[in-house]
Amino acid sequence: MKKRAVSILLAAALAAGALAGCGSPSGTGSAEGNTETGTEEGSAETGTEEGKVINIYSWNDEFRQRVEAVYPEVKETSKDGTVTTLKDGTEIHWTINPNQDGVYQQKLDEALMNQADAAADDKVDIFLSETDYVNKYTDADADAAMPLTDLGIDPEKDLADQYSFTKVTASDADGVQRGSTWQCCPGLLVYRRDIAKDVFGTDDPEAVGEKVKDWDTMKATAEELKAKGYFAFSSYADTFRLYGNSIAQSWVSPGETVIKVDQKIMDWVADSKEWLDAGYLDKNVKGQWNDDWNKAMSSSSKVFAFLFPAWGIDFTLKPNWDGEDGAWAVTNPPQEYNWGGSYVHACTGTDNPKHVKDIILAVTGDQENLLKISKDYADFTNTKTGMQQAAKDDEGFSSEFLGGQNAFKYFAPVAENIEIAPLSAYDQGCVELIQNSFNDYLQGQVDFEKAKANFETAIRERYPDITEIQWPE
Amino acid sequence: MEKKHKKIDYAKWGYLFILPFFVSFFIFSLIPLVDTIRYSFFEYYRSGIKEVGPNFVGLENYISLLGSDMLKYTGNTMMLWIIGFIPQIVIALLLAEWFVDARLKIHGTQFFKVVIYLPNLIMASAFAMLFFTMFSTNGPINSILMSLGWISQPVDFLGSVTGTRSLVGLMNFLMWFGNSTIMLMAAIMGISPDIFEASELDGCNSVQRFFYITLPQIRPILAYTLITAIIGGLQMFDVPQILTNGQGTPDRTSMTLIMFLNSHLKSKNYGMAGALSVYLFVVSGILCFIVYRMTNNDDPDGSKAAAKKAKKQRRG
Repeated sequence: MKKRAVSILLAAALAAGALAGCGSPSGTGSAEGNTETGTEEGSAETGTEEGKVINIYSWNDEFRQRVEAVYPEVKETSKDGTVTTLKDGTEIHWTINPNQDGVYQQKLDEALMNQADAAADDKVDIFLSETDYVNKYTDADADAAMPLTDLGIDPEKDLADQYSFTKVTASDADGVQRGSTWQCCPGLLVYRRDIAKDVFGTDDPEAVGEKVKDWDTMKATAEELKAKGYFAFSSYADTFRLYGNSIAQSWVSPGETVIKVDQKIMDWVADSKEWLDAGYLDKNVKGQWNDDWNKAMSSSSKVFAFLFPAWGIDFTLKPNWDGEDGAWAVTNPPQEYNWGGSYVHACTGTDNPKHVKDIILAVTGDQENLLKISKDYADFTNTKTGMQQAAKDDEGFSSEFLGGQNAFKYFAPVAENIEIAPLSAYDQGCVELIQNSFNDYLQGQVDFEKAKANFETAIRERYPDITEIQWPE
Repeated sequence: MEKKHKKIDYAKWGYLFILPFFVSFFIFSLIPLVDTIRYSFFEYYRSGIKEVGPNFVGLENYISLLGSDMLKYTGNTMMLWIIGFIPQIVIALLLAEWFVDARLKIHGTQFFKVVIYLPNLIMASAFAMLFFTMFSTNGPINSILMSLGWISQPVDFLGSVTGTRSLVGLMNFLMWFGNSTIMLMAAIMGISPDIFEASELDGCNSVQRFFYITLPQIRPILAYTLITAIIGGLQMFDVPQILTNGQGTPDRTSMTLIMFLNSHLKSKNYGMAGALSVYLFVVSGILCFIVYRMTNNDDPDGSKAAAKKAKKQRRG
């Protein structure tokens, strides 16, 4: 009987171990509720002595490069890129987690939850967010990002030269600015000069610009490209931003739990299907940020153009291009759009408010620094007057990668005309899942209604508080 | 009998030595387990970085799970498991039989035993990454097939239901058949050689020997392998998760139960995830119980029915 009892116990232990392996909700119960207490502590600490370590959360080393380039206090960065030492001995610790699959946000959220309990040198001081989810962190109730005025930055005065839509994006519902960015992401069309010559007989940006000036013309051009065996774009995901960032209403209105799918999104689905079936897009490239997509940017690819903002050219296209410099050129896109933008936030509870203020001002509010970033990294930076200068200065801002072309001439007018789509805290999930769900439809795996149903299932899983999904008529 | 009081009690040392297990089990398994069950009755998730709940909702999570696609994912999981398990057990049986067979005199058995076990040592996610790259539309498999002239267009392996499921099955098969082979070899070696010798004298051929002697003799171990494989299969997730980027594409046909659970944990939905875990727990619990019943039978055949029959015969 005793042996029997032990065996049962062991069997139970085995099964229990199996269960514990999948659930793992332990520990979180005690971590909740700390956020509110953290706020008070954080503001009380402001103005006291500065900590020795500045913790910065980001998803790649883009921000580190910018800080190293323009923040005058930087002394050196360790070889592995995890620690930057400042001249006064303060260390910047970089915590980098990839953006894909929400990993970055998971790690950041975890750190923010523990912010109040963390030792001063472990507290998050600066974190970055992308346009897709900036709203989640600037939310006044969440109180994760400090209002800039609390740091001693006056957005009206110190950041007056920034493009106003970037300031709106970084503000909470009451219009309090809680973040700032050094970049502004007007998008252009980047095309291969050799393909343009082959098909149109010219690679002149003005002439090619005429060929792609709006969607109807673009379609005719795509037909021309197809006749010569080229693809207009690599995948339907490439055009998504042009539609998705010009939606008329936000995915979820403030205070509501209803997802309203915009007509523009459905237009994207319909147009993508048409383009894909017509052979204007490469069927083998499914979505972005994967191997196939990267290969589509190489010299062996048949893809004519990509739709990229400045960071995309420098950070994505350039590393994937294996040919000579000067093979690509930019021109106006078929529709003005904005894609991305990394916002810098001071984290509530930081123990280094002075350094944080200095870094934010140096990287996002100083015209000279911003122009330097533009020159060195071909970033389109957040300074209106600076960019107007750059657009005229063909000498100083020509890009070798673009064969000596001054891309700012094309970026600046797009930036002036950007109207940022209304944001919500649910944007990232919506943008990601709608593309995933309709991927199956575009690839011919499921019918239209099934794709809609799959989106509804997936979005409810991601955001349990969503009560209804409304589709346009 | 009179020296009874002098008997030294070794039992307490035994308990002392197993104490660390029970302490760590209590802290790292039992408490989370109880928490999981507790939270399964609550509405408890995160919206953005704001917590919602925990609010007690009774059985609502369980009911809404039944109304969701949970059964479809159970089907997916079982399907993916079967695709991998059938070749796994067949090949494992065959190899075990060959390796143990003294008359075949296979050289380097030890070497092969190590080699077939090796895939199991690679991390499943690394293995899945490898397959993802190899079978992508621009990957080496497609290039090879095209340069051989077998296909003119690249095959979109990961874009089709059959392709994705077969790949998951293939990977699970490769990872686990070595493990089963070694387990079954141990079982076959446990059979008394007398029986084999006797059968040989009676002119039994190798096919007959396999089906009439080996297979019935290793039935308990075979059943054990089956049940533990089902439990492992229920928890399958790493391979399809990495292969399909956590989406279970296409059309959620390779979404397993644990991947479903993971998608709830993205929003830190402990209530719903807890309820799903409890369902899984109950199923695994039942399977464990079956294993327990099977391995605790005194009958050599391993089945209750056979034990009863034997008893009857003895009496009769």
